Amino acid sequence: MRYVLKKTATMLITLLAVSLFLFVSFQLISGDPATRMLGTGATPERLEALREELGLNDALLVRYVRWLASFVRGDPGISYVYRQPVASLLGAKIPVTLALALMSFALTCLVGFPAGLYTAKYAGSALDRIVMVLNQAIMAVPPFFAGILISWAFGTVLRLFSPGAYVSYETSVPRFLGYLVFPSIALALPRAAQLAKLLRGAILEESGKNYARTAYSRGNNTDGVLFGHLLKNAFLPVLTFLGMSLANLLAGSLIVESIFNIPGISSILLSSIGNRDYPVILAAVMWIAVFIIAINLLVDILYAVLDPRIDGE
Amino acid sequence: MRMKQTRRNPLAFIDTLPNPKLFRMGALITAAIVLLVLIGLVWMPYEPTAMSADQMQGISASHLLGTDKMGRDILSRVMYGSRITLVVALGTMVIGAGLGVLIGAATGFYGGMADEIVMRIMDGLFAFPNVLLALVVVSLLGSSTVHMIWALGIAFIPSFTRVVRSEYIRCKHLDYVKNARLQGASDARVIFVHILPNVSGVLLSNLMIGFNNAVLAEAGLSFLGIGSQPPYASLGQMISDAQAYFFEVPTAVLGPGLVIVLLVLSFSLMGEGLRSAAKELD
Amino acid sequence: MPHKFETYAARSVRTAGRRDRKGDKNDHGRNPGANGASLFPTEPPFRSKGILETESIVRVALARARLESGRMNNLTRRSFLSLSTLALASLAACDGSAPGDARGTDELIVGMPQDIDSMDPAATESAATREVLFNIYEGLVKPDPAGNLNPAVADGYEISPDGSVYSFSLRENVLFHNGEPVTAEDVKHSLERYRDSTVGGSLVSAFSAVDHVDIVDARHVDVVLKTGDTDFLAYFSIGITPASATDLDVAPVGCGPYRFSSRSPLENVVLEKFDDYWDAAGAAHIPTITFKVIANTNSIGLELAGGSIDLFYRTPETQLSQVSEDDFTIYEGGMNLVQALYLNNAVAPFDDVRVRQALAYAIDPQEIMDFVSGGKGAEVGSSMYPAFAKYFMPELNDVYNQDLDKARDLLAQAGYPNGFDFTVQVSSAHPQHAETAEVLKEQLAQVGVTAIIQPVEWNSWLSDVYSDRRFEGTVVGLDASALNAPSMLARFVSDAGNNFVNFSSAAYDETYARARAAIDDDEKTELYKACERILAEECASVYIQDLPSFVALAKRFTGYEFYPLYAQNLATIRPAE
Repeated sequence: MRYVLKKTATMLITLLAVSLFLFVSFQLISGDPATRMLGTGATPERLEALREELGLNDALLVRYVRWLASFVRGDPGISYVYRQPVASLLGAKIPVTLALALMSFALTCLVGFPAGLYTAKYAGSALDRIVMVLNQAIMAVPPFFAGILISWAFGTVLRLFSPGAYVSYETSVPRFLGYLVFPSIALALPRAAQLAKLLRGAILEESGKNYARTAYSRGNNTDGVLFGHLLKNAFLPVLTFLGMSLANLLAGSLIVESIFNIPGISSILLSSIGNRDYPVILAAVMWIAVFIIAINLLVDILYAVLDPRIDGE
Repeated sequence: MRMKQTRRNPLAFIDTLPNPKLFRMGALITAAIVLLVLIGLVWMPYEPTAMSADQMQGISASHLLGTDKMGRDILSRVMYGSRITLVVALGTMVIGAGLGVLIGAATGFYGGMADEIVMRIMDGLFAFPNVLLALVVVSLLGSSTVHMIWALGIAFIPSFTRVVRSEYIRCKHLDYVKNARLQGASDARVIFVHILPNVSGVLLSNLMIGFNNAVLAEAGLSFLGIGSQPPYASLGQMISDAQAYFFEVPTAVLGPGLVIVLLVLSFSLMGEGLRSAAKELD
Repeated sequence: MPHKFETYAARSVRTAGRRDRKGDKNDHGRNPGANGASLFPTEPPFRSKGILETESIVRVALARARLESGRMNNLTRRSFLSLSTLALASLAACDGSAPGDARGTDELIVGMPQDIDSMDPAATESAATREVLFNIYEGLVKPDPAGNLNPAVADGYEISPDGSVYSFSLRENVLFHNGEPVTAEDVKHSLERYRDSTVGGSLVSAFSAVDHVDIVDARHVDVVLKTGDTDFLAYFSIGITPASATDLDVAPVGCGPYRFSSRSPLENVVLEKFDDYWDAAGAAHIPTITFKVIANTNSIGLELAGGSIDLFYRTPETQLSQVSEDDFTIYEGGMNLVQALYLNNAVAPFDDVRVRQALAYAIDPQEIMDFVSGGKGAEVGSSMYPAFAKYFMPELNDVYNQDLDKARDLLAQAGYPNGFDFTVQVSSAHPQHAETAEVLKEQLAQVGVTAIIQPVEWNSWLSDVYSDRRFEGTVVGLDASALNAPSMLARFVSDAGNNFVNFSSAAYDETYARARAAIDDDEKTELYKACERILAEECASVYIQDLPSFVALAKRFTGYEFYPLYAQNLATIRPAE
């Protein structure tokens, strides 16, 4: 329990540090928001009035604390470009990225686990070698390249879907999910390959240990040893990888979203960076950081649960 | 026990690797690509930015990979683009690994409060995906190749720091370090002359993986239009531009794409061979 | 638990190197390797002794297992099943047929390369936004495809002889989208709001010339200008908005044929047919129009071919080949823009007219048109495009024909015998301008001038280049916000608010002022033409072309019409019979 608390405290401190750093950097770079909103032709009085209203004349730290307080309450300010609350802008995009991430994660596990188990069990066989080479090849393909090929092959040639014809979840959930299948494949492929390789390696390493040999010699068959003993131990590094994968997926894949025209967090982040819409950039990056750090925390806790040798130190 | 091996024939070490075939294959492909880039430094079939009237031609005798929508020779552009990709990836490694090793060695060796603080900072940085971090840095500084190298380099520091730090923490209690200190070696000498070579095995395999990720990250970022300035295109940007006419001139996408895949693949293969070797050296 | 099978020694060997003795339990195999890569807590020993032994054990066990129906087979079978179900489900969930025939003709999806900026006519700076707003808002007069200004919200007007008072009689029974009738109050409020606005594009800034608006009676208003101007009528195409509306930028209310329905930033803007539009002849046919933001300009052709958009105004020529003539009608016209390499005249070396002229001599517009638009397009020599036939002067195209020697001479004279470097900012949302910049770079290199191309986001372009004038060169197309000559020429007056190129010429200022003050139309036209000539000769910028516009419209619709300015009237689009 102490371990969990200590971890949580550490994570919170990290988050705070990150937010402070980002806030200060953006404030220094962003120029005068009042001029951005009112235009260069505005009179100095109007500019000053807007600055007062937005609280821009207060000290940097005061503004930071105020921003932090409102961020925690769920209201990270107003977009410079769209003049809408950032919360509603991002709020619409989060479910999209979430769906894509979960789907990709599911696909990764669905393909990676059996592949890893299979190649571990039949290690050294011809099929195993083929799969390993295939893995290497898949891991070498950049996700956007895979995305383009998938988009072209399944979309333009086979006409299984219309590239770019994103359907919003508000319109039709099945078609929304159906459209997301192909980008999920593009995202899942390299991760599944990594998962398979990692799982195979971890299982093989465990199988060389004394306890595995003892288990075999006790008469357990391969599957029993595999699933009953090896998998539990091999799972720990895999767990770390899965956590990181999910975190990365949730952070959104900018590139895949761009190719398939999916309006998720990454795409709004990308365009906000181009527009220098700092409130949105700040809020989006903070949200992503929260997600990632929360998942890391979860992984750490699970680790502690699964491996009783770890306790607070 | 001697930790370093003496070699007579520099290439003989390949045979000591558990997977010399893989390593050789990987090295061969890497060498081919590097050769292509090196040739490109002095000669390319055409100027990479020279436009001509032969727009969107397929493979032909005069244009081995065809031409793009502005009539530029794709092969020349691939040679030039690979140069950018390699430079960025290498630069990223220099910054990421260089600084990472220095910081990791220092905090691992000395420990203490500074160690805690540095690791918290690294955690914070580590929490972000590469591409995101690079984007944030680029949004602060502006988009150019140099800025991208810095951005990616900074994004890669935490992982190197961690590996090196854990290795140093493990090694600093070992006997040979105590021996060295007894003989009066200074801290710096211990760090660099004694421990570092033994860390090099693990470090090398991480460098391989890191290089691959740097190549992929750079390709992804340039695909999004960040980094290189048109009309000089990095491989990722070439793919982005050529999406529109993939059907007519597939080599415009496949050419740069294949180079990226081969580069990463070859380094992975070399890494495979080396990783097992790392165990031996340890 | 597996641990009790391990000896302490075995465990310590296993954990060595994976976890630190003290602190940082974080690792857990997150290293080595950079972010997100393969993570091996310890390297899998592919060939170590242990595995070989175990392999043989495994093989023996495998042989036994093959006789049984092992759990492994179940696992493989299960995953295969789940994968194939997923594949089938995805097949079922997709509309296999291509161009959106399934959507019928109740909805028209129009692609737009960038998101709109503000939906308030007083704030928008982007021509692309004005194209969308053309369908929502309507002004006192409205242009038609032939270039005439027809009465709209007004049903008649009179212009005082000196051009300082415009009297409008308002049409009965024109309703806003919120159901309220358009009153004289609304007209006064709208126009004075435009007068007072500090943001907004050139259309809005023209209204600073308005002194005040008099309400003569419930159906008549007089707009009084500060000085007489007989060209002002065209500006009254700007939208009339309700006096009661407070946040037009997010909830626009106009009186045009379409009403605003919803907007999802970065995704789309949805309009619906306004049933109470006053003009049955100009009423809309298609019930719903969705403007869809296409973030990736390289996929425009893909989206057309895939049927996810039905209409795109300015399809890049290089992507036309993906659009099949069986499914789409391609209309060809001009974009009604003046595309140029705009140079910041206040910044060295462009403050020297010889340098600007040298650049003009160095380039070849026809070659640009060949590369970018397959040879199509119309060259322009000054700030006027061909569709504006009344004012367009084709002879100005020949003021600077390509002459590399002259270019080098001028550069040498100006003190740059070896050329120089400069940056060209280009919006990444406009592939035609980006491609033009690439061709320009090659052409300028021939005289030793190096152009460094910097792509920027459209919003950044608007704020940095257009508002703040922080640039050296840029390639963009300027349009006419209203159907009159000043909309193309006013910005070059020295102290004009939108003179982002910082052009300054006393001769120009004087000629332009005289043109604005002239009452006789022929005299006016001559003076405007003289202004154009000054722009050409003084090389305010390096003029290139009016780009060709390839409008792709899905064949189940018809009725697209070109307008002589940057306007798209979607009310004319109707289902094809």
